[in-house]
Amino acid sequence: MATVPVDTNKVERCRQLAQHVADDVQRFIDGHTTTGVERTVLRALGATGASEEGTPLVNVAVDRYHEAGLLDRGIAFYIGIVLVRGAKSVQEAAEELAFAKELVNVDSTPSPDAIAAALAPHVTKALARIDSAREEREALKREVTPGPNPLKYVIVATGNIYDDALQAKAAAHAGADIVAVIRATAQSLLDYVPHGPTTEGYGGTFATQENFRIIREATNDAARNHGRYILQTNYSSGLCMSEIAWMAAVERLDMLLNDAMYGILFRDINMCRTFVDQYVSRRLIGRSGIIINTGEDNYLTTADAVEKAHTVLASQFINEAFALRAGLREEQMGLGHAYEINPWLEDSFLYELAQAQLVRQIFERHPIKWMPPTKHKVGDIFFAHVHDALFSLVGITTNQSIELLGMFSEAVHNPMLMDRYLSLKATRYVYTAAKHLGDEIEFKPNGRIAQRAVNVLDEAVALLEQVARDGIWDSIAKGAFADVKRTRTGGKGYRGVIGKHERYMNPLLDALEGAP
Amino acid sequence: MNPKQPIRAYGDRHGDGMIQLSFVLPIAPSPRAREAAKRFAEAHGLVDPLVATMEECAENYAFFVVYGSSKHSVDIGSIEVPEVSTASRTREEIEELIKKDIGRKLVVVGACTGSDAHTVGIDAILNYKGYAGDKGLESYKGFEAYNLGAQVENDQLAARARGLSADAILVSQVITQRNCHKDNSRALVDLIERQGWREQVLLLLGGPRIDHKLALELGFDAGFGPGTKPAEVASFIAERVRERTKARG
Repeated sequence: MATVPVDTNKVERCRQLAQHVADDVQRFIDGHTTTGVERTVLRALGATGASEEGTPLVNVAVDRYHEAGLLDRGIAFYIGIVLVRGAKSVQEAAEELAFAKELVNVDSTPSPDAIAAALAPHVTKALARIDSAREEREALKREVTPGPNPLKYVIVATGNIYDDALQAKAAAHAGADIVAVIRATAQSLLDYVPHGPTTEGYGGTFATQENFRIIREATNDAARNHGRYILQTNYSSGLCMSEIAWMAAVERLDMLLNDAMYGILFRDINMCRTFVDQYVSRRLIGRSGIIINTGEDNYLTTADAVEKAHTVLASQFINEAFALRAGLREEQMGLGHAYEINPWLEDSFLYELAQAQLVRQIFERHPIKWMPPTKHKVGDIFFAHVHDALFSLVGITTNQSIELLGMFSEAVHNPMLMDRYLSLKATRYVYTAAKHLGDEIEFKPNGRIAQRAVNVLDEAVALLEQVARDGIWDSIAKGAFADVKRTRTGGKGYRGVIGKHERYMNPLLDALEGAP
Repeated sequence: MNPKQPIRAYGDRHGDGMIQLSFVLPIAPSPRAREAAKRFAEAHGLVDPLVATMEECAENYAFFVVYGSSKHSVDIGSIEVPEVSTASRTREEIEELIKKDIGRKLVVVGACTGSDAHTVGIDAILNYKGYAGDKGLESYKGFEAYNLGAQVENDQLAARARGLSADAILVSQVITQRNCHKDNSRALVDLIERQGWREQVLLLLGGPRIDHKLALELGFDAGFGPGTKPAEVASFIAERVRERTKARG
C-alpha cells in the first residue's frame, strides 16, 4: 500500500502544541458570550417568527437587551424570569422581551433555582429535538446506506430554493452522494438568519430553516429512489454560525462547513466573536452527529500551495484541538485540504499526492475532505475537465473520505446541470478505473513524494511551535495563516461580544457541555 | 396536429437557454479576435455571449470557448420520429419464436458495402462473440448467418443473398463522407427492386449515423443506430418473418 513516512513523535508534538493554542483561547471563550449565541439559546428554547418588518424575533429581543447593556446575564435569565412570572410559553416570553413597553424588572428577581426550574423543561425539549433528528438520520441510513468513499460532493446554487431542490435530485440521479446548497453572496456577514423559503439570491440561496427543510425533503426522496443515502450540507459560518448549527441540527442536515478560523481570515469577522461562536456551534454539532467540513482549502487560494502547504496541516491540528474541546468525535471532523498547486509546475501531481497521503495518514479516523482546483482553473473547460480528473485520481489513490467534485466551468459560472453531470461521470470513471491503485503501489522510501511529506510535516511543527509561543491572536495578526492579517478587536461583529457576568445563565450550553 | 411545445436549452433554470460553443477562428488572439468570436456567437443566436477563453492553438488560429443564452427553441410538439417497434426479447424467447412459429432456420446475409472497410458494426451483430455481452446471430440455432465482410459491391451482395434465398440482408455503413452511405444504400434497394424480389427480403441498415427514420427514407425496412444489440436485430427479423409467413398462409 502507498504510504509516506510519518514520524509519530512529530505528530504527537503537533497535537500538544495545538492543544496549548486551543487551551489559551478556551479561557477566553468560557468568559464570553455573543449576540449570536444568545439568539441561538432563544431559538432553542422555542422562540420563532419575525416582526412585521421581517426582523427575526430573536434578533429584536436580543438586540434590545444588548443595547440596554443587560446581555451579560444571558437571554435565558430574562426568559426564565418572565416564565416564573407567568408567561405561558417561551414564545410569549420572547415577545415580551422584544416588544413590551418596559424591560424586565430585575430588582426583585426570582431565585436562581426558580429560574432554572422554569427553563429546564424547554432545555430538555431542545435536546430532545436534536436527538430525535439524529435518530431519524440513523434510521434512514439503515434503510438506505451511503455510497462508498470518497463520497461525491456537489454544489447547487440557483438562488431559488425550489430550483435547488430540483437540481439536488438531478445530482443524486447522476451519482452524487452529498449535495450542498451554497449560500447567497455575503450571507455570512448578515447578523440575522432570514425567515421562511427564499426564491431570490445572488450567487446562491439563503440558508434559512425552511430552506433546509425543503432540501431535506428532496434529498430524502432521492435517497429512497436511488437506494443510496444522500447527505445534505450547508454553512455554519459567519455571524450566525451557532444559529445555523441549531437549525441544521434540528432539520437533520448531515454536514456543515464549520471552521474555527475561516470567518476571521476570509470574511474579516472579529476573532473574539468567531472563537466564541465556533465553540457553541460545535457543541450543538457534537450532539447532533453532524460532520463538520473545515476550510483549510481556502488558505491555498490566497497563499501559494507549494510554499504554504504546511499552514494547512498546522491549521488542521488547530481545528482538531478546538473541535475536541467542543465535544466532537474524530469521526465528525472533516478536515479540509485542496488540490491547488499550479498544474504546470513540474511534478505538481506528485506534491498533491504527497500532501493528500500525509493528511490521510495523520488523521486516519477523520472523514477528510478533499477540495478541487479552483485558483488555477481557466475558461478552457476542456483542459479544466482533465485537471479535475487528475484531482480525482489523487482522491481515490489516497482514499479521501469526502471529495468535492471539480467543475470544468469553475472559472465561468456557478455549476449548471450539465457541468455536474459530466463531472460526476468523469469522477465515476476515475474512481472505477483506479479503485485499488493505492493498495497496489508503494512510494519510494526516499523519493520525491516521501521527501515532500517529511518536509511539510517538519514545517508544520515549526509553525505550530511559533504559534504556541505567540498565541493564536498574535499569530493571526502576523499573517501566519493564508497570508491574511487580522487584529483582535478589528473585523465585523466585535460589538456583539460580551463578557459574561459572574451569574451568567445559559442552561442550554450547560446541558450540552454536560452531555456524554 | 400536436399543441406547440417549445423548449429551450437548460442551464440551471427553465428557459435560461444556456449553452457553450467551442470553435477556432483563423486569426491570432487579440482584442479584435475576441470581439469577432463574440459576434460569431451572436450570429449563432447567443445573447450576451461570454468569451470564456481565447488561446492561440496554432499560428494565426485562435481557439475559443464561449458561453451564452441561445435564443432558439424547438417545438417538440411538431416532431415525430419513427422508431423500430419490436418487442424486447431474450435470446431464448427468440429461439422459441423461430422454432415454434416459423419452423425453419432464417437466412441472414450481411456486409459492409461499397468502399466501407469498417466491419465493427456488422461483426457485432452477426459474429458469435456479439456485442456488450449479447451474442451475435451466428450463435443462434434459429439463424444461418453469412457475414460477407467489407467492401462488398451491391451486385455481389444481392446475388449472394438471392442465391441463398435470404430472409434478410443486413447492410452496415460506417463511412459517411459526402453522404456516400446514403447513395450506396439507396442503390442496393434500387437494384433489388429492378431485379424484382424486393418483397421477398427484409432490408436492414445499420451504422453510427443511421437511424430508423433515415433507413425508411432510403427504402429499407428498418434502421439501427449505435449501441444496437444483436438480440434487437434478431427479434425484429424473427417477428417480421413470422408476420409474412402468416400473411402468406
